[in-house]
Amino acid sequence: MLSDELISKINKEKTKYPIARAAVKSALRYAQEEHGWISEEVVRDVAEVLNLETIQVFEIATFYDLFYTEPVGKYQLRVCTNVSCMLRDSDSVVSHIQKKLDIKTGETTADGKFTLFEVECLGACGGAPMMMVGNEFYENLEPDTIDSIIEKLGASE
Amino acid sequence: MATIEIDGKSLEVENGTMIIKAADEAGIYIPRFCYHEKLSIAANCRMCMVDIEKAPKPMPACATPVADGMKISTLSERAVEAQKGTMEFLLINHPLDCPICDQGGECPLQDQALGYGKDVSRFTEKKRVVEDKDIGPLIATAMTRCIHCTRCVRFGQEVAGIMEMGGTGRGEHMEITTFLGGSIDSEVSGNMIDLCPVGALTSKPYRYSARSWELQNHDAVSPHDCVGANLHIQTLRNEVKRIVPRDNSAVNECWISDRDRFGYEAVNSPERLTQPMLKSGDHWEVTDWKTAFSKVVQGLQTEINSAGPEGVAALISPLATNEEGYLFQKLLRSMDCDNIDHRLRQVDFLADSQQNLYSGAELPLEKLSTISSVLLVGSNIRKEQPLLGLKLRAASLGGSKIYAINSLDYHFNFKLDGALIVEPSTVPAALAGVALDVSRIVGTDLPEQFSAWAQLGGNRDVYSDIAEVLVADSAESLIILGDSCRQHPHYSVILAISNWIREVCGVKRIDLHEANGVGLTQNGCVPKNSENNALNLVSNPRSAYLLYGLDCVEDSIYGNVLEDSLKKANFVVSFSAFKSESMNHADVVLPITPYTECSGHFTNVEGMTQRSNAAALPRGEARPGWKVLRVLANQLSLSGFDFVDLNDVNSEMENTISEKPFEYPHDIEITLPDKHNGQDSNKLFHRIMDVPIYRVDPLVRRATALQKTADNSIRPIAGLNVEQAREFTLRDGTLMNVVTPEGNGISIQVQADNRVPVNCIYIPAGYIETAPLGVATHLTLEEV
Repeated sequence: MLSDELISKINKEKTKYPIARAAVKSALRYAQEEHGWISEEVVRDVAEVLNLETIQVFEIATFYDLFYTEPVGKYQLRVCTNVSCMLRDSDSVVSHIQKKLDIKTGETTADGKFTLFEVECLGACGGAPMMMVGNEFYENLEPDTIDSIIEKLGASE
Repeated sequence: MATIEIDGKSLEVENGTMIIKAADEAGIYIPRFCYHEKLSIAANCRMCMVDIEKAPKPMPACATPVADGMKISTLSERAVEAQKGTMEFLLINHPLDCPICDQGGECPLQDQALGYGKDVSRFTEKKRVVEDKDIGPLIATAMTRCIHCTRCVRFGQEVAGIMEMGGTGRGEHMEITTFLGGSIDSEVSGNMIDLCPVGALTSKPYRYSARSWELQNHDAVSPHDCVGANLHIQTLRNEVKRIVPRDNSAVNECWISDRDRFGYEAVNSPERLTQPMLKSGDHWEVTDWKTAFSKVVQGLQTEINSAGPEGVAALISPLATNEEGYLFQKLLRSMDCDNIDHRLRQVDFLADSQQNLYSGAELPLEKLSTISSVLLVGSNIRKEQPLLGLKLRAASLGGSKIYAINSLDYHFNFKLDGALIVEPSTVPAALAGVALDVSRIVGTDLPEQFSAWAQLGGNRDVYSDIAEVLVADSAESLIILGDSCRQHPHYSVILAISNWIREVCGVKRIDLHEANGVGLTQNGCVPKNSENNALNLVSNPRSAYLLYGLDCVEDSIYGNVLEDSLKKANFVVSFSAFKSESMNHADVVLPITPYTECSGHFTNVEGMTQRSNAAALPRGEARPGWKVLRVLANQLSLSGFDFVDLNDVNSEMENTISEKPFEYPHDIEITLPDKHNGQDSNKLFHRIMDVPIYRVDPLVRRATALQKTADNSIRPIAGLNVEQAREFTLRDGTLMNVVTPEGNGISIQVQADNRVPVNCIYIPAGYIETAPLGVATHLTLEEV
């Protein structure tokens, strides 16, 4: 189920470390880029490529928050609700998104586009309230900026 | 060396020793959960905190190496405060269910909570709850109790060689589990129960059946394999409740296999025979010992009068103790009968021509874990001798090179540096190929009689690899012959070639036996005249048979022939602990006791004789076999059977035991391979046979939990080479007809099996269903 390109990337990672287990994190990162999340099959296949037991790969997949062991939307909206953002009313950011997308925190929209997470401080307190989508930070959020971000992402393919 | 001080006691210890080890050796107690001498250091329970002078804070004793001049206190206020603090953390989420927990009474957490815990918890928050996992029929889980010491995880990864458990999630959400809740299938998984310092992993068959402080301990030895693992059999009110390991660094260290641990379930099974029985017409009648003995005496005397002593054949299970074996053969030989054997899974007896053929291990078993190179021949050592498999794994981790010549590409728990997977008939040829390369390296000609075999073995690179490794460090090299060699139609050739290799280059050899095979061989349970070997006794029907501890169909690879001979016999006596199919062919059944109710000695493959004590009184009217044999001999008016107790038998045995334990047969007649070797016929498949781990003896076959494990299938399943399986339309559960050249056939479920080489079919023995195939080496395969 892993693409040939992915397998060769994983094999390359393997050469960087003295033991194969050390390459699991990078392998899972590439696998998640390709598949969107870490399914049972991905765990099995990564374990096979690295010649490890499945549980060794699964341990790492479940340890890190940013590896998804359940399907997630194409875009993950990670809204900070830590102190600074909370003081700048991140609660209303969360509830606005929940209402707009009709999902609860942790859920994915029916079209599979968005998943909403509440996260801890991402170090952008100067722009609170903020959220992170993919590798992008969106700061000083207000209801209409949130709407336009979501609409822009929703429209893109 | 470093000079350190622990609690004011001055100690000299090796540099690099961890504090906890130094303290243990000096008899100073440090509390711990995750540290275990045989496992790697994790330092994650934090219970072993000690106070080190000049260190800014308490340090974990398990992960802090000693340094010269170090002053350590395990009892200072700071140390005790740290230990108590850790205990408080550990107890935050640990449930207070000790009264219903099987670990209660033998629980390190319970004990240490008494020493380091507070009387009243300061936590009012809810405890976390973790879902229990079903990890198979042997281990019960209560994962809420887990304190994440990871001993079970490390055991799987390091000792057993198959990492099945792991820690998923993180922090509050961490759980010890298997991938997707799969079962634990290791053949030594039960050791995790002992390792678990809390009640998270407990024995499933033992669950809720006793409290540990009520149990009585009995020192015993496992009869299931030729290692002789030391056991504690624990009983409650005369019933065996469980078996746990007894440490013996020379044999089993602190581990035992699941077969040793859970095999006891058979002795409590409803199939136990508890009264002597006589056949009357087509049904069985319960009788008393006196009547049973007089029937046996009368029957035997009638047959001896008409057919002579040669008309009697005696077959004994390799599970019997030395004393039982000794008395059994003495009884026969006192009647001038040499027809006795225990090797019911052997077909080639040509090596018997030289007596004293005891060939066990040429080195102590504990050396296996440091040996530098190993050649495994015809052995699935991991399942045949699980504890030796662990030792080879340790050797492999230490850098030993291990090669295998097998017919099935077994999945070992150690890395193979090279493997040759060939059809069974080619195994001796492959060994001859290795011998040829050895002869080139050492410059000694390969004896003429092996050259035909070497020719058949052809030229393969792996031969010279193996030969070079064996010769390079020959004193530290080892050839291991496994069960498949013993069952091989050219066993004597394998013996002869391996002998030659060890003689020209000095490698050691271990010839693995079944169960107590070494002890029985030493004590006379082999015929003096090789003509009277088990196969001949079985295939040339005798008029009377004495069967000792056998389920005749499953315990022999020619059980089908034995069954026919029993049907033809006039008089059959079965000494047995269990009711079985073979009872149907007997005239008298005498109930004997399994090893849990019978004291005696077992000799392991190294030649170490160890005493095993009865743990319970005999059930019902059953009696220890040696007593039954003694009384029977007296009833037969044979002299020399006036033993009062086991020690009497023993001292007589010591005087008669073979004095030359390590003699190898030399002048073995070398038979040539059968003509229909090779690819002369596409229709014939080579049969690969082995006896699966939980089919080997009458005890394990009746141990219900072991029967439910993934290593066992209730009905036999045949395996076909993956490529060739495509030629048939195989689906799950596809039945096929397998027929011997003689026309005996069975229909059996066949599946594609990636361990099977081309032109071969794997069909396990040890099943009634596969017995009709006997020892046929070639089979035809037809779709149903």
